[in-house]
Amino acid sequence: MSEAQPPVPLSASSPPPGGILRATLAILGKDLLLEWRTRARLNALVLFSLATLLLFSFALGPDTAALRRSAGGYVWLAILFASVLSLGESFRVEAENMSLEGLRLLPVDGRALFLGKAIGNTLVLCAVSLVSLPVAIGLFDAEVTLDAGRLVLVMLAGCAGVAAPGTVYAAIAANAKARDVLLPLLLFPILIPSLLASVKATALIFQGDAMGELSSWLSLSCAFDVLYWGLGYFLFPRILEEN
Amino acid sequence: MFDWVASYSSGLQAALWAPLVLLVFVLALTLTHLVDRGSRSWVWKVLLGIAVLMFVVQAPLALSWAPAERYMGDTGRILYMHVPLISLAMALLVINFGASIAYLMRPSMTADAVAEASVSVAMMYGVLGTLLGAIWAKPTWGTWWTWDPRLTTSAILLVIYTGYLALRRFVDEQERRATWSAVVGILAAVNIPVTYFSVRWWRSIHQVQSNPSTVDPQMVMVLRWSYTMFIALLVVLLYQRTLDALEARKRESTPP
Repeated sequence: MSEAQPPVPLSASSPPPGGILRATLAILGKDLLLEWRTRARLNALVLFSLATLLLFSFALGPDTAALRRSAGGYVWLAILFASVLSLGESFRVEAENMSLEGLRLLPVDGRALFLGKAIGNTLVLCAVSLVSLPVAIGLFDAEVTLDAGRLVLVMLAGCAGVAAPGTVYAAIAANAKARDVLLPLLLFPILIPSLLASVKATALIFQGDAMGELSSWLSLSCAFDVLYWGLGYFLFPRILEEN
Repeated sequence: MFDWVASYSSGLQAALWAPLVLLVFVLALTLTHLVDRGSRSWVWKVLLGIAVLMFVVQAPLALSWAPAERYMGDTGRILYMHVPLISLAMALLVINFGASIAYLMRPSMTADAVAEASVSVAMMYGVLGTLLGAIWAKPTWGTWWTWDPRLTTSAILLVIYTGYLALRRFVDEQERRATWSAVVGILAAVNIPVTYFSVRWWRSIHQVQSNPSTVDPQMVMVLRWSYTMFIALLVVLLYQRTLDALEARKRESTPP
C-alpha cells in the first residue's frame, strides 16, 4: 500500500533541514496549549503583576505627579517580578514526569527547545503586559503621547529581552539547589541594561519625546535582544546536556 | 649639552621604563611558572616579593613624589590604586570570558578552575577599587555614590558576578557546574563592554579613559609602578586560587 520507509536512525545527530523550525513550532504549540489548559496559572500571574502595581503606589504615597513620572518603571518592574514566576514555572512543568528527558530522547534539537520556550515565555510576558499596561496607565494617570504602534514595539522588544536570558537561566536554576533564590539572583542584574532601555523608552512614550531619544533606546533594547537570543540559541544545548 | 634639566629628564625617562622592565620580568616568571612544574613551589614567593617591594617603592612615589593634581589636590593620589584595581578587575573578567569559551570548546578542569579563580580575584579587586573610588568621590564629587552610567554599570557587573559565584556554590556536580557557569560567564560578559564604553556612550560624571600623552610623566610613572605591583599580585592570587580550585576538584572526585 505504501512504499517502504527508509529506516529512521535512533539518534539523529543533526535534524533534517527545516527540522528546527518544525520542532520549535511544536514545542511552542505544546507550551501554549499547556498554558491555555491551566488558565488559572496565567490568571494568577496577571493578578500578581496587578498587585505589584498597586503596591508601588502605596510605596510612594499619593503623589500623583511622581507616580505619573515613574509609571514606565513600575510597569516594567511588575513584568519583571511576574517573569521570575512564569520562567520558573515553564521549566518546573518539564521536570514533572521527566518530560524534559522525554523531549531530549525524541530527539528534539536543543536550539529548537530554546526557541520554542523563549517565544512561549515572550508571549506569556506580552499577555501580562497587555493587562498591566492599561491598568498602569489608568492607575498612575499616564497617557500615551506617541502612537501606540511604538508602544507595542517597545513592549515586544522588552519582553523578548527578558525572556531569552530568562529561559537560559530558568533551565539552569530548575536543576540547582535553592532554585527559587538562584533564578532572580542570576537574572535580575543581567537584565538591568535591557530593562533600563525599555523603561526609558516607555517613559518617553508616556511623557513625550521632545529630544527624539526614543529610537536610540529602542535600538539598544533590540541590540540586547539580538545578543541574548543569539547567545541563548547557541549555548542552550550545552545546558541541556548537563540536565 | 648635559645640563641638569636634560639629565633629570633622561633619568625620568629611565625611571618611566623601570616598571615596564619589571613587568616583563613578572610575565617571564609567570611563564616559567606555567611551563616548569618544578618552579611552582618558589616562583609565587618571588612574585609576591616583587609585589611587596614595588608597594614599598610605589607608596612614597604616589604619596609625595608625584605632583598633586591641580583640581583634586592630594585626593587624586587615590587614583593610583583605583585605576589599576578597576581595570585589572575588568581584565580578569575578560579572562573569565576566555576560560568559559575554552571550557565549552574543550571541557577541562583547568579551564573551569581558571574561570572560577579569575572571578574571585576580580571581585576582590573590583570591590576594593569601587570602595576607593567612593572614598575619592566624597571630597571630589561631594557624594559617596551617584547613579551615573559608569558607576551603575560597574555595580551591575559586581552583582552579576556575585550571582556567578553563587551559582557555583549551588551546584554540586562538577561537570554540570562547570558547563553552567561557562554559559553564565559568557552571558554575563555581554555587560563588560557596556561598562567599559559607558563613559563614552552616555554623558557621565566619570572621566573617560586617559592616555600617557595627556598625563604628567611623573604621574604616568607612578601609575605604571602601581599597575606592575597589582599585576604581580594578580598573578600570585590567580595562580594560587586556580591551584586551590583544582585541588578542590580532585578532592570532590575522590570520595573519602
